[in-house]
Amino acid sequence: MEHTLNKVFQGFYKDSVALMRLSRDLAEMAGVNEAALMMGSPSNKQILKDAGLLADDGAAAEGGDLILAVRAIDASAAQNAANAIEPQIKSQTRTTTGDTVWQPQTIRAAAKANPDANLALISVPGEFAAAEARKAISRGLHVMMFSDNVSIEDEISLKTQALEQNVLMMGPDCGTAILEGVPLAFANNVTRGDVGIVGASGTGIQEVTSLISNNGGGISHAIGVGGRDLKDEIGGISTLMGIDRLDDDAETKHIVLISKPPGKDVLPRVMKRIKQSPKPFTVCFIGATDLNLPANATAARTLKDAAQTALGGKEFEEKISSNTSSLGGRTKIRGLYSGGTLAAETQVILLDAGLEVASNAAVPGAKNLTDDGDAHQIIDLGDDQFTQGRPHPMIDPEIRKEPLADALADNNVGVILIDIVIGYGAHPDLAGQLADMLSGMQGENDPIIIASVTGTEQDPQVRSSQISALQAAGIHVAGSNADAAIAALDMLGINS
Amino acid sequence: MELIEKANKEAIRRMLGAEPVLIDVVPAGEIVPDLKDKMILHAGPPVEWNHMCGPMQGAIAGITVFEGWADDLEQAASMAAGGGITFDANHHHDAVGPMTGMTTVSQPMLVVENRTTGNRAYCAINEGLGKVMRFGGNDAEVLNRLAWIRDVLGPAMGKALRDMGGIELKPLIARGLSMGDEMHQRNVACSGLVLRAIAAAMAKISDDSTALSEALAFISANDQFHLNIAMAMGKAIMDPVRDIKGSSIITAMSRNGTDFGIRVSGTGDEWFTAPVEMPEGLYFAGYTEADANPDMGDSTIVETIGLGGFAMGASPAVAGFVGAGAASEAANYTHRMSEICAAENPEWTIPSMDYLGVPSGIDVRLVVDSGIAPTINTGIAHREPGIGQVGAGVVRAPMACFEQAVRRLAEKVGIS
Repeated sequence: MEHTLNKVFQGFYKDSVALMRLSRDLAEMAGVNEAALMMGSPSNKQILKDAGLLADDGAAAEGGDLILAVRAIDASAAQNAANAIEPQIKSQTRTTTGDTVWQPQTIRAAAKANPDANLALISVPGEFAAAEARKAISRGLHVMMFSDNVSIEDEISLKTQALEQNVLMMGPDCGTAILEGVPLAFANNVTRGDVGIVGASGTGIQEVTSLISNNGGGISHAIGVGGRDLKDEIGGISTLMGIDRLDDDAETKHIVLISKPPGKDVLPRVMKRIKQSPKPFTVCFIGATDLNLPANATAARTLKDAAQTALGGKEFEEKISSNTSSLGGRTKIRGLYSGGTLAAETQVILLDAGLEVASNAAVPGAKNLTDDGDAHQIIDLGDDQFTQGRPHPMIDPEIRKEPLADALADNNVGVILIDIVIGYGAHPDLAGQLADMLSGMQGENDPIIIASVTGTEQDPQVRSSQISALQAAGIHVAGSNADAAIAALDMLGINS
Repeated sequence: MELIEKANKEAIRRMLGAEPVLIDVVPAGEIVPDLKDKMILHAGPPVEWNHMCGPMQGAIAGITVFEGWADDLEQAASMAAGGGITFDANHHHDAVGPMTGMTTVSQPMLVVENRTTGNRAYCAINEGLGKVMRFGGNDAEVLNRLAWIRDVLGPAMGKALRDMGGIELKPLIARGLSMGDEMHQRNVACSGLVLRAIAAAMAKISDDSTALSEALAFISANDQFHLNIAMAMGKAIMDPVRDIKGSSIITAMSRNGTDFGIRVSGTGDEWFTAPVEMPEGLYFAGYTEADANPDMGDSTIVETIGLGGFAMGASPAVAGFVGAGAASEAANYTHRMSEICAAENPEWTIPSMDYLGVPSGIDVRLVVDSGIAPTINTGIAHREPGIGQVGAGVVRAPMACFEQAVRRLAEKVGIS
């Protein structure tokens, strides 16, 4: 039978908002039909009476007394609810989540709260990114735009605006930068030094900066510009501004450019700009041939070449033991890449060895994947066809699972090439994840797997730990992506 | 763009330069411009009888009886429905009113003068909590209280204010903020400060100690007494900000229980409206969300000048209506509102936030751009007429009216 219980706390004050909150909690308890906590003033007692909550105990309360009133399905439910709420009434601190820290929600507010900030990193869906970048640029902030799916028209207008304001517009689709030693988005913890980089490619920058850092050199700044900057439509605005900055930077002694081959109108402009510089350049336009470079520039065919040239021609080859006995007549290389530029580098090395290469992100000289099932296949898993509605394979390595199973099952495939790109932003344990993935898939006479780890000892994942985990899973590990590709050629008995 | 920035600077200059003073209490018929017999001013943007919510219709029936235009509530309702009464928005008559916001000829109006610009704004006297006309209450108890306010309290306050030369409100608000008020949901400190300021003058002009005692007791017992003063002050501050060419600063936000409306300086007196939302909050004993009426009242003028939900950081107790009520949560409300405001008020500061000035001058562009809607602290009325207040909480302004306003402003300044 429904029961109304009143309990009076004599001379006990709590403010009305706190009491309303407690009332709500009490009303939500099991078996409770109606509940309220109120100070015992005449008007409050009237409210309790109107709500059918006033019993004799409550009616006798004074203005300074607290009335707990509960109407429940029966007496024991009422008593249980009252008992359950009582500790909360008497505790001085209620259960809170602790202090919440305010995070600015707009660029305007963030800039106001951090008046010394000079860069905005924009990572919002592409349709909103341009508007946010415009706001940042007009505040005089450099912009790194991680967002992609930004139209080429917006990119042109943003970069033009940035040029007028003399700030850097890095991106859209700029995944990597290291400025003043601060890694931004997907970047590695590298040693600071005198090599400056301007790159249109995220993993290209990661590979070159890591190789330089791991081989005794260091990075002054690595400026990302976004994958389309050297297309004729954009005109290399950010690349040229990046060169200006590095030219003016006393710390930078050597400048490396990394990109896909530039558009034909842009190329001479870049060459002219290099010629004006007093500093030596290394130019790595992956897949480009017959570059007519000024005297202060050296061409690099691969990312590894670029790193070696930047360090004055230092060779840092790491041969890995070749064992071709188990290949059993399987002759093809299958590359499964998370990094687009690493996939391009491998294609260049295979093409230079005289091989036929097919890729879903073909460099000049390679075929499209669909055209030729017989060529060596180098697959860019970061391509849209794999990432629709999913994160990039550097974050979500599961994307590699199906192509890996296909490659293992393919009787033509002798060597599988895999890149492990670690650093800030990347999956916490790509090597371990790959080992787990493989453990359920491998059979006898499987293809050899060769991997390389892009990153440094200072990265959160620790390069040597990742290498050990790969080796423990029976994966060969090369010193660089280029070395992995060359090792693949060795194992297949092809002279590179 | 430059035109807008310049216009907004001027808007902020006028806002922050205002010197509001509570100078008098005068019957509405003698002072509210163009207010006639059988005319009712209500809260929010204009609304026809057929579109009015329950509490609004209840209040109209009640005030019609109170004014003697009808004998009972039923007759009053059919008179209102039949076109026997003229309706208009308070905002069109230099006035504001909380919740239903009833303004009619015989009601005593608080008069706030902006001494910088000389304009005046008006608001009726707060009736107290619970069953009151502003929440749609309309029984004999409600009407008797209104009559006492009209016959006793109003004249006494007016005489006292004239005798003492008025009460300067800017410093009063500054002190109230440091005492935990945000002037919308919580006015207990400011109500006390008003009582302290006026008590001696009321005693001086009184020749009836019983009436004096009742008047002082009424003010003392009403924690929200100051709300209506703050509202008249808000209107007096914002009216001179209207009609600055190109300015994107919001000059009024208001709800009639059906629609939420805003006005923007650069678009003059045009209302931009969207259906009003439901408040989120806590309820008095015996009531739940199911009883609640959608958001209502001109009291959002308080947020328009940077108080209420914008000054939540000063008033952690109020933040408890939603969420856990931690002081840091309250501060976050204020931080969030500064994202949509053009300035901070250097004279109205929040001690616990390192004397941050309350966010002032809502820029309609920033609202649309950030997607951050103004946060409004509000009372909650019962959806049925005649019952009154059932809770209190927080409500967000609907984004659609800000979007309309930005488009119209763009047309006005020639950006397509």
